[in-house]
Amino acid sequence: MFVLIVGCGRVGSSLALSMLADGHTVSCLDQDPESHARLEVGLDCSWEEAGGQFTVGTALETQALEEAGIVKADAFVAATNGDNTNIVIAQIAQRRYEVDTVIARILDPLRAEWYREQGLRTICPTKVAIEMLEDKLRSVANPTSLDAGTAEYADTPPAPPADANAGGGE
Amino acid sequence: MYVIVTGAGKVGVNLTQELLGQGHEVTLIENRRQRYLGVEQLLEHNVLYGDASELWVLERAGIERADMVIAVTGDDEDNILICQVAKEKYGIDRIIARVNNPSNRAHFDLLGIKPVVSATELILRLLEHEVPHHNLVHLLDLEEEEIEIIEIRLDDKSPVVGRTVGELNTPDNTLVIAIIRDGHGMVPNASTVFEAGDDILAVLDPNREEDLKSIFTSG
Repeated sequence: MFVLIVGCGRVGSSLALSMLADGHTVSCLDQDPESHARLEVGLDCSWEEAGGQFTVGTALETQALEEAGIVKADAFVAATNGDNTNIVIAQIAQRRYEVDTVIARILDPLRAEWYREQGLRTICPTKVAIEMLEDKLRSVANPTSLDAGTAEYADTPPAPPADANAGGGE
Repeated sequence: MYVIVTGAGKVGVNLTQELLGQGHEVTLIENRRQRYLGVEQLLEHNVLYGDASELWVLERAGIERADMVIAVTGDDEDNILICQVAKEKYGIDRIIARVNNPSNRAHFDLLGIKPVVSATELILRLLEHEVPHHNLVHLLDLEEEEIEIIEIRLDDKSPVVGRTVGELNTPDNTLVIAIIRDGHGMVPNASTVFEAGDDILAVLDPNREEDLKSIFTSG
């Protein structure tokens, strides 16, 4: 399928690379030309040689969206760093261009929930993080409870080496 | 009336002061800390610190009891979102949104955000009024209500020059309401004679525009 990803930051670029690896046609749009470099992390050729497409432009410019191929897109991902931008462009993709699958990344859980109720597919990383942290803390607080069975202790960091600076933060 | 204004730029602050002066209750929301602190000196408890695109901030401002929401931030996405949420989630009938970039106008229309105010469009309209490129200028368009007021400049080739208003056979759903001559406006009667250089003001159904234009202009 043809996937259009708007916003080529950490999330957008990683998603673009994995979708390309899965054999899909991938096009990215970002206002920052430098973000193109993220698409070549781990590739031994250029993003274009690998089959990808990259367009420079702001997300609200319909001309840029069209240049990036929104008209033929099967899936549209709004992954810029602005919640409101993502909400607006996702609705443009849905209503104006009638893209089949539209997904918006929304960091604010309240906005994500309300727009989900209005029929938008939303991903809220903040909510996912909150739930994971809650699970983790609960399993630490009460390791013998039934819930503790699902807790992931595997990612507990290893003990620091003896010469580590005890007061050092990251 | 209780009005929520978002964005404490020059537009938002002046609007808030004006509305307060008219006796309305107003809350102005601003999310830039420094700007908020500056404006708070002036507007005191009428300004609230927070991001108006966060639902809990709107709720803290009392959006449930608001009669009107005016989104005049410098960011079009924010203005769209605030108005969309105000209208669809909180049922506020009266909203006004500012369009910063005229090329975003279509997005406001697509998502049903209206009316909108665009400084660029206003200036262009004024410019057209001052320096008419065509003989016809739109003074007022009520799209929803399907009525408009236009101004037509009569040049010396106009077929109506020298004739009276009474002789004119204007199409249905159109009416000449005023003539501006030498900078002075007047309401014509049937015996008023059209002169070259007159500006004719007419009220009409939008799809009658071409009919009316053909009566007054030589082109």
